[in-house]
Amino acid sequence: MSLLQIRNLDVTFDVAPRQSWPWTRPKKLQAVKDMSFDLEAGQTLGVVGESGSGKSTLARAIVGTVPASGGRILWDGGDLAQLTPRERRRHRRDVQMVFQDPLAALNPRMNVGQIISEPLLTHHPETSRADARRRAGEMMERVGLLPNLLNRYPHEFSGGQCQRIGIARALVLKPRLLICDEPVSALDVSVQAQVVNLLKRLTREMELSMIFIAHDLSVVKHVSDRTLVMYLGRKMEEGDARTIVRAPRHPYTQALIASVPIPDPVRERARIRPVIEGEPPSPVTPPSGCVFRTRCPKAQPDCAERVPPMLEPERSHLVACPYQEVISPLAV
Amino acid sequence: MPLLSIDNLGVAFETPDGEVQAVNGLSFAVEPGETLAIVGESGSGKSQTAFATMGLLARNGHATGRVTFDGRDLIGLGERELNRIRGDAMSMIFQDPMTSLNPYLKIGPQMTEIFQLHKGVGRRQARAEAVRMLDAVRIPDARARLDQYPHEFSGGMRQRIMIAMALLCRPKLLIADEPTTALDVTVQAQILKLLAEIRAEFGTAMILITHDLGIVADTCDRTLVMYGGRVMERGPTDTLFARPSHPYTVGLMRAVPRLDVDQDDLLTIPGEPPDMSRLPGGCPFAPRCAHMREVCRDVMPPLEPYGALHRACHAPPAEVETEAVR
Repeated sequence: MSLLQIRNLDVTFDVAPRQSWPWTRPKKLQAVKDMSFDLEAGQTLGVVGESGSGKSTLARAIVGTVPASGGRILWDGGDLAQLTPRERRRHRRDVQMVFQDPLAALNPRMNVGQIISEPLLTHHPETSRADARRRAGEMMERVGLLPNLLNRYPHEFSGGQCQRIGIARALVLKPRLLICDEPVSALDVSVQAQVVNLLKRLTREMELSMIFIAHDLSVVKHVSDRTLVMYLGRKMEEGDARTIVRAPRHPYTQALIASVPIPDPVRERARIRPVIEGEPPSPVTPPSGCVFRTRCPKAQPDCAERVPPMLEPERSHLVACPYQEVISPLAV
Repeated sequence: MPLLSIDNLGVAFETPDGEVQAVNGLSFAVEPGETLAIVGESGSGKSQTAFATMGLLARNGHATGRVTFDGRDLIGLGERELNRIRGDAMSMIFQDPMTSLNPYLKIGPQMTEIFQLHKGVGRRQARAEAVRMLDAVRIPDARARLDQYPHEFSGGMRQRIMIAMALLCRPKLLIADEPTTALDVTVQAQILKLLAEIRAEFGTAMILITHDLGIVADTCDRTLVMYGGRVMERGPTDTLFARPSHPYTVGLMRAVPRLDVDQDDLLTIPGEPPDMSRLPGGCPFAPRCAHMREVCRDVMPPLEPYGALHRACHAPPAEVETEAVR
């Protein structure tokens, strides 16, 4: 059985319309719509999408900080919405998160030792202070920081180091699933590679599952076993991480790959890079039928009429487009 | 004669912790119509170089050296003279298009103000020119949109407006500081394409400041790599990417995850970018460099020609290049 199963998940928010009266009905924003996937133990799933694609909301729903308005999230076989308080505590311990802004995610008035051991003391109140400190020190070493820095405060660290501290805090409870929401996008290139390698090493060593959310397809491809491409809250394509990049089938994935310039001037000039027009529409008023159709180079009249079915043209490669075909915008 | 030439530029800031040297002994030139990339991480001094060139340094900063633009020395020029050049012959676009537009003013007055000021024309003519420019940056229904406020536009549209504003007076030089960093990739691709078309159409020279090596490979004729306020290496983009000869350039290129290559582990540069208020003497990259020698700690290597490139490194090129090939 998969560690995590998402079945037809919807997450909807109420938003105030521009002109609003007390009796005006709030508008619905569908942040995540009809999302389904499985995550196996020890696997890393990458989630890519542009701003407004619902990737962060998806993460929050899995952690349990935003409620699902439809569908089910099955954690270890149990429905997240029906957990007993005891099971809920366990779920909170087993699923940990790492955030985008490493400094903002750390309490500036706590020292690093306190930050890392706080989850430990919350979930295991019987832990002695000395023991908690020792565990925090071990975690520091594990993420590549000197344990003698335990008494320092977050502002004394650089962005990369703060992200390591955030990872140490997330892992101190030995969770089973780590959700990283844009963990490296605020970091410099040279530091980004260090954190990416660290995450890869830790998931391997600790047999962790990971959901790695990012807008940068190159990083996602590098980190993940499987990749899920989102657009306006919907799944467009899902499959093996390298296959998605080498042989994408959905027009949106193809557009995404075509948009990323490759750091090799000769190859870059040789590439055919069709640029798609426009910007993602508002998630409050998504297009009917296929949500990508307004920007899709392949759109047909019937795309407006029905939501495209999820096809499986090859084993465990899912594409939400009836006109799917392999086009490689990398051309290398 | 180069359009812009920068000679031994230094930028320093007075801070409560003492003087911070953000840029140190920087020299380069931009020819008319060419595109130069300045690449570097945070704190490398790439943005301060642009601000110094435009005379936009923060109040506690001051620039030394020579900045010659179109035959005029810019450093030490008063606000009044600078204003005659800025926005006219030389203009700049910034990373965040929302904070560079005035939220209280409609797009129209913001755009026409520059044109009226520099070209001494009336409002009507300035508006016509603004519409032409908005058309050029592919903003549909330009005439009506002049009467809209910045918040009514999407991020990509706002950046198009910034570009239109910057190009209104047909500058000879456009400085773009991370122009697409705040945008989604599909919109980034649109803006980069637009910038390329506009350069071809107006013959504008451009300095593109970025941390993204993909964008550099895509758009720039020549590249300058900065670290710790100094030039590490510079030269034609093709040569620099094919045979980088500086340990920092090599490290940067190997640290980037690639879409077109499957890598098992990214090769990293150990450590972090330097704290600019406590720069080491000698080469700023020395503490992170695999090719460090004794001299590197004390003596900043001079920028010396090597083939088509210029590099500032004590280690022999052959030693660094073998590593680059892997």
